[in-house]
This record gives sequence, C-alpha cells and structure tokens, in this order.
Amino acid sequence: MMAGEIFVLAEHRMSELRDVTFEMLTKGHELAGQLSTQLTAVLLGKDVGGMARELAKWAHKVIYVEGDALKDFNADVYQAVLAELIRERKPALVMIGHTSYGVDVAPSLAVQLGVPIATDCIDLCFEDGQLCVVRQLYGGKVNARARLKKADTYIVTVRQAAFQPGEYGPLNGQVERVECPVKEPPAERKFVEIITPPPGEVDITAADIIVAVGRGIRDKENLPMIEELAKLLGGVVACSRPIVDKGWLPKDRQVGSSGKTVKPKLYLAIGISGAFQHVVGMKDSELIIAINKDPKAPIFRFSDYGIVDDLFKVVPELIKQLEEIKGEA
Amino acid sequence: MDIIVCVKHVPDTTEAEVRIRPDKKDIEKVDLPFVINEWDEYAAEEAILLKEKYGGTVIAITVGPPEAEATLRRVLAKGADMAIRVWDDALEGSDGYVIAKVLANTIKAKGLKYDLILTGAQAADDGYALVGPMLAEMLGIPHATLVKREEVLDGRVKVHRELEGGLEEVVELTLPALLTIQTGINEPRYVSIMGIRKARKKPLEVLGLPDIGMSPDEVGPAGSWLEVEEVYVPPAERVAEILPGGPSEEAAKLIEILKSRGLI
Repeated sequence: MMAGEIFVLAEHRMSELRDVTFEMLTKGHELAGQLSTQLTAVLLGKDVGGMARELAKWAHKVIYVEGDALKDFNADVYQAVLAELIRERKPALVMIGHTSYGVDVAPSLAVQLGVPIATDCIDLCFEDGQLCVVRQLYGGKVNARARLKKADTYIVTVRQAAFQPGEYGPLNGQVERVECPVKEPPAERKFVEIITPPPGEVDITAADIIVAVGRGIRDKENLPMIEELAKLLGGVVACSRPIVDKGWLPKDRQVGSSGKTVKPKLYLAIGISGAFQHVVGMKDSELIIAINKDPKAPIFRFSDYGIVDDLFKVVPELIKQLEEIKGEA
Repeated sequence: MDIIVCVKHVPDTTEAEVRIRPDKKDIEKVDLPFVINEWDEYAAEEAILLKEKYGGTVIAITVGPPEAEATLRRVLAKGADMAIRVWDDALEGSDGYVIAKVLANTIKAKGLKYDLILTGAQAADDGYALVGPMLAEMLGIPHATLVKREEVLDGRVKVHRELEGGLEEVVELTLPALLTIQTGINEPRYVSIMGIRKARKKPLEVLGLPDIGMSPDEVGPAGSWLEVEEVYVPPAERVAEILPGGPSEEAAKLIEILKSRGLI
C-alpha cells in the first residue's frame, strides 16, 4: 500500500510565509521522495491565494482553506480544520513548526485524533514505515534519537532553522481551494490583537561587535563589568533570555528565538550555555568566541574559539589588557 | 479563583557537565541536584499571585517518585494549599502524552474544582512543551501556551502569548482554561528553609495508578507514543579551538585573535 502524503502546515504571520515553512517543505520533499508519496502544503487563512501560488513551487499539491474564521490565527479553528483534513486524507506525516503558533495547535490536535506526536524535532526519518526523530534534551546538552509508536499518521513539530531551505523544483503543484468548514471562531477562544514591541534605544542587530552575557553572570551587580568590556571593544551589550526574565536588561537586548537575530562580525558570548533558543539568534555571526567554565556547554559547538574558565577571572583580565593597549595608542 | 498548578521535579543541568548512562537511554542523574522545573517555578508563582489577588485555593500536582515531594513542598511553602503526588514505578520512561493522561485522570478521579490550570511552558529536561495543551484537550477546556501576562475578567481570561521576534498575541479564553507559563512573567519569591519546614503541616496526598483508575500497561514505554532509543552528544557546527592557559594568557590570546581580524 502506498504511504499517505506528507502534509506541511504553512505558517504565516502578517501576510508573510515564515522561514520555517520552507525549511519543513524541503525536509518534507526529501521524505516524500523516500516514501514515494506526494508533498502537500496546507495553508489556512483569509485571502491567501497569493501565498498558495508561492507554495505551489515548493509542493506537489497545495490545499488552501479560506474563510472569515481564519482571518487571524486562532489555535482552535486551526485544530478543527486540520483535524477534518487529516481524517479525510490520512497523511503519513503532518509537519508543523515548533513555533509559538505550532505549539498552540499540534499537541491538542494529536490528542483529539489519537495520533502519535513528537515535538521540537531536529531530524526525521522513516524506518520500515515507523517514524524516528531526533530531538534535544537538557537544554541542548544531548541529542536523543526516539521512535514513535507504529501508526498510519504521525504529527511532528519541527524546530526552526533545523533544516536549510533547499533548492529543488519548481514543482508547480496543483492548487486546491477549500472553503473553511468553521464559520466563526468558537466562543472559547477569541483573537484580540498582535502587539509589536516599541523600538529600543540600542539596535543590537546593527552592531558589528556584540558582547553577550547570560546566566553565568549571576548578579545584576556584575553587569557593569560586561558594559565596560563592550565599550573597550567598541561594541554593544546583548544577552540571553534569563537576563531579560530577571529584568536586568531590556527585552530589545535579547538574542534568540523570542528576541533578535544578529549577525555581527564578532559575537563574544560570556556565561551563556547555548540553549537552542539563544543559539538560533546568533549562530550565523562571522566570528563567535565563548567564555564558559563548563567545557561541555553547547555554546562551544557553535563557536570558533572557546575559553574554558571562570568569567569573573577572564573578563577583568581582558579589560586590563585592553586598557593597556589603549594606553599605548 | 481555584487554581491547579502542575509541576515537575527535574535535574538541574544548567551548570553541570552531563555524562551519558552506559545503556545510552539517558544521562547519569545520580550526582545532579534536582530542582523545580524553571518554567513551573514561574507557573507556581503566578498561581499564588492570582490566589492572593482573588482568593480561592491552589493545588499543586506532580507525577514523580518520593524525591519529587521536595518540589511540592516548595510550592506549598510559596502558598499553595495542598499537594498531590502521583507515582508508580511503571511510570518510569513515560512520554508527555502519558503524563498528561495521568494528570487528567488525577483531576477527574479526585473531582478537583478549578477555574484555571497552570503549567510551565516546557520542562527543562525533555523540553516537550506539550503536556499542558494535551491536558487541556483531555479535559475539554481551552488553552493558551507561552503566556507572559494574564488578566482575569468576568468568566474569561485575557492572555498575552509570546510570539517570535518580541511580538505578542493577545487572546481571550473562557474559564475554566489552561495556561502554559513562560519564564519572566513574574519574579518568583524566595522560599526559605524555614518556610519549607512550616509547609510540612500542609496536606500532601500520594496516589497510585489504581487511585486514578489507570493500569500499568497504559503508562511507561507501553503507553507512550515516543520512546527514546539512544542519547548522544550532538555534533558540533563549528569546532571551537580552546585557548590554552590561565586567565591572563587566555585573555592575551583572545585579544591577539581580534587584532589579527582587524576587530581591534
């Protein structure tokens, strides 16, 4: 029996398809080839015909569901529409981004359908019709290869930037429009608005040199030392999530999936362990140097140079030596 | 406002050097300190803040072995009224789906009343980010994940969800509802050893699978959708050259590298 198709849920926000969509389509294309089945992009929204045609280059088929109830993202409407589509078409695999939208939809959808799910996957393959995934544990310190229970349909959420959007096609897939079966969003969940953050004082995305600090700094009292170092290097201070959570630096200094993506000439990571949520926002920097006392900290797997030592000894030493150089000049 | 908060007792690996177990199914946990999952600490704090504002009760639930009571005691010390721990050795190796089922069956079997259920947005160890929304689906209530602010209105709750890139999505749910809490939503209060000791007087109930109408073959690897086959150290994207020496030499080398690249 031929395997069911591969569904990729196209994610879009503010009328734009998000990168994770193309990353999933590329992986989905590879898996569809292996299973000798077709790749189907599934798009939900209102007035999304243009996006559907764009997706047609990337998939063998595009199913786009349109309706007023899909004007804004609503996890309940998404779940209802996807459940119906999956029941009807029995895909072998449904790929959804492990994003703020995806995690609001996929787990409850899996429970509703009784379909096995694996979340935050960084790799996927089929072995004898059974889905195997790779995901990370303990904040990225180890990878785990896991197998899902045998089923006709699987759901996965896929980590952003886990796959490179590849070049293939264009496939010129067939585009099919479906009227949204849900007429209006349910009373249980109402979309109100999307809030965009106010611009900050410092634009870290424009900086050539970033000195970034993480949990290892231990106390707000220790931040001036980092600011001094950044100043000596002609750079700006950025940080990982825990520093913003504690209110030590404003949100606009946060690098990572829920903050900014930066590509400076130098990214100096101090006391940052390198959880994926941070790494995704800085891994394409030209030169990455990390200072961390744990030699197995994930950050070193993304760095060009590493200093395995106590930051409270190394940073003052850096400041001292940089001041000496300045004094000479 | 009656609130249930689901918490997990996890190994703290943030600053630890992890070692892989000989059977390669997990990491060695014997030498690691265990703590309340970071996201759950924020969820527990949020539950207590809501109770302080609106009155009502907070019940903390965990699925875990006897050691996990340390995490429940911590939540009781913060201000929760009672705690429930569910465990059976058969639960070892359960995935998030099984844990959600155990929580749902516990809430049903005990007939717990709630207006809100709070969980952490994810666990620091397995990072599934799915127990909360699965539990909501099993209980037939609406949910919102990655919540960084909430406001209780008349019979509804207005929540701010964190989106990528610093954006927020505002949605309104009817109560009862389940929210998964993102870190940074509040400032978790300090809990003293004294406070934890005092909380010993508060009720902590221990339940087994029969108490919640479940059998061992529904849990553990047998009942799970996902089974870990092997853990390993991830491959490096870049191979970091580790600079040798003590702080002074390391700093000098770093400056040399920056100079050679024209960055100084």
